[in-house]
Amino acid sequence: MTTAGRLRRFGVTGRGLVVVLPYLWLMLFFVVPFVIVLKISFSDIDLAIPPYKPLLDWVGKNSLAIRLNFNNYAFLFTDRLYVNAFLNSIKVAFISTVLCLVIGYPMAYGIARAKPATRNVLLLLVILPFWTSLLLRVYAWIGLLKANGVINNVLVWLGLIHDPLTMLYTPFAMYVGIVYSYLPFLILPLYANLEKMDWQLLEAAEDLGCRPWQAFYKITLPLSRNGILAGSMLVFIPAVGEFVIPALLGGPNALMIGRVLWDEFFSNRAWPVASAVAILLLILLVPFMMWYQNIQARESAGAR
Amino acid sequence: MSTSGGAAAKAAPWKDQAAKPYVQVEGISKSFGDFKAVNDVSLKIYKGEIFCLLGASGCGKTTLLRMLGGFETPSAGKIFIDGEDMSGVPPYERPVNMMFQSYALFPHMNVEQNVAFGLKQDRVPKGEIQERVATMLDLVKLGGFAKRKPHQLSGGQRQRVALARSLVKRPKLLLLDEPLGALDKKLREHTQFELISLQDKLGVTFVVVTHDQEEAMTLASRIGVMNHGEIVQAGTPSEIYEFPSSKFVADFIGSVNMFEGKLIEDEPEYVRIGSEELGGTIYVSHGISAPPEAIVWAAVRPEKIFMSTAPPEGSDNVARGSVQDIAYLGDLSIYLVKLPTGKVVRVTQPNTSRHAEAITWDQQVYLSWDATSPVVVTR
Repeated sequence: MTTAGRLRRFGVTGRGLVVVLPYLWLMLFFVVPFVIVLKISFSDIDLAIPPYKPLLDWVGKNSLAIRLNFNNYAFLFTDRLYVNAFLNSIKVAFISTVLCLVIGYPMAYGIARAKPATRNVLLLLVILPFWTSLLLRVYAWIGLLKANGVINNVLVWLGLIHDPLTMLYTPFAMYVGIVYSYLPFLILPLYANLEKMDWQLLEAAEDLGCRPWQAFYKITLPLSRNGILAGSMLVFIPAVGEFVIPALLGGPNALMIGRVLWDEFFSNRAWPVASAVAILLLILLVPFMMWYQNIQARESAGAR
Repeated sequence: MSTSGGAAAKAAPWKDQAAKPYVQVEGISKSFGDFKAVNDVSLKIYKGEIFCLLGASGCGKTTLLRMLGGFETPSAGKIFIDGEDMSGVPPYERPVNMMFQSYALFPHMNVEQNVAFGLKQDRVPKGEIQERVATMLDLVKLGGFAKRKPHQLSGGQRQRVALARSLVKRPKLLLLDEPLGALDKKLREHTQFELISLQDKLGVTFVVVTHDQEEAMTLASRIGVMNHGEIVQAGTPSEIYEFPSSKFVADFIGSVNMFEGKLIEDEPEYVRIGSEELGGTIYVSHGISAPPEAIVWAAVRPEKIFMSTAPPEGSDNVARGSVQDIAYLGDLSIYLVKLPTGKVVRVTQPNTSRHAEAITWDQQVYLSWDATSPVVVTR
């Protein structure tokens, strides 16, 4: 008997292995940490290492008690700070998504209509920023935006302004950072959608009496709906929980849920509350992720 | 060969010098870089015609059609539709509609919305839109399919939606780019006749682009044969077939035997051509305009050649050869006869009898034809 045949007897097949390995990976690095976080979110805070009390406890000789503390969740709704942070995160993510869409749609459209040779160069330029780390790129923006940074220096040198503009540590800088970082995630799915478009439909629309902008509004826009939604989700979902960019570019009052989570965890050492914030954030985003999955499924069904 | 050719075919307005052309193309050219897609084409198309632009792919027929539709700007020349100069008029302002080869149906709209699209664009009142769309869908026999999406239709149904969508606006001129190209043979033949009767009913002038000569013959009131961006001959299907003006046209439409030769007698009522290819002389009972001793070509259609085992009378228009190949097609048979000169002549004969004395392979046969049959072309 061959090795493969022997393995098959124990239910190990090539196909099974290919599927099992990624799932094991996800189990280890996603499900297990998630369960740990979920567990912590129901425990009491404690001055110890780690700073929370266990959920399970032996009381008496033969009984095991589970103690679930819902106070951490209740607390999030009693203090306005958390609700505000959630709402503000959603607002920032929403505005960023709209800005990305306004900037990214013309770009994706331009790339899709470019000649094939030009198209590859343009796509490469969109992907190029991924070749360096996000953190480095955000620091580069600090260098551009700060009071004696590149932009201010150029403006002063040109004589357009006398005193440097305050850009860093403002909402403006935060939006610049988020839009800059997430723009490719919107352009790429939108491009993939527009690239499949039959441009003769626009000629047909013009033939039937549409001006070019009417043809865009009535044909291109509805046909790229799935691309718009998919790209928007890819910006919106991670932007809600964004921490690094608001922390580095936004002002001290850029109240976002990622920031709150960080403060609870590292400054206050309130691990249970921080965990509750994380779980709530996840619950908030699950519908959006399901929506996104649904769009993707529809898109691939449409391609067939 | 039957020629239906729409409403204008019987009236033949192109023969009337005083008739006003509905579409007039004046010296139009279109270059893409160094490539001349359309080169100095002039055309007159009359109201109610089905005018077919016929040619191989890359001959410029689609470019010419797209210029009529306003999708390409001519490099030179002018187009008039119903007397109006179309220079600089964008597609959405032309009284012209186009049926695209790919049909270009809007995939996110159902049949009804597709057909209503152009009327909505023109702000036609709602009630009228409904009425006109319903009438048009009935006309193309799609009454029960109004709510279907394009991907739920067959190829033939999609073709009819595209036709309905382009006709519902009652254009002065309908441009059709390979309208039947995507249909299978049976359906195509059926649809050709439907298209003609529809055109007859609505009286819209059609300009059809096709590479299929049979399609052009069936549909057209007149055909414009295109080659290298030029219209090499325009005329009714029978004119094009029986009186081709050049070797290219004779060769392109149907099959033909071409004999190269030299003019040896050139009289007003007849000419005699000495052809080395034939190994004899060709007598043609009409005069031609060519210098004496000129090199000319006599084109003889395969169905106009008689084949016999006994020698025919006379010495003109006769050749002897051996049967090299036979293709039995049911209604007729094609014989390839090799002459002693090496030239292979194509002959078709109808199979009128079920028990005809068969001519077989390698048999010696005589070929002959009437003095009226050959067409002499000089280029």
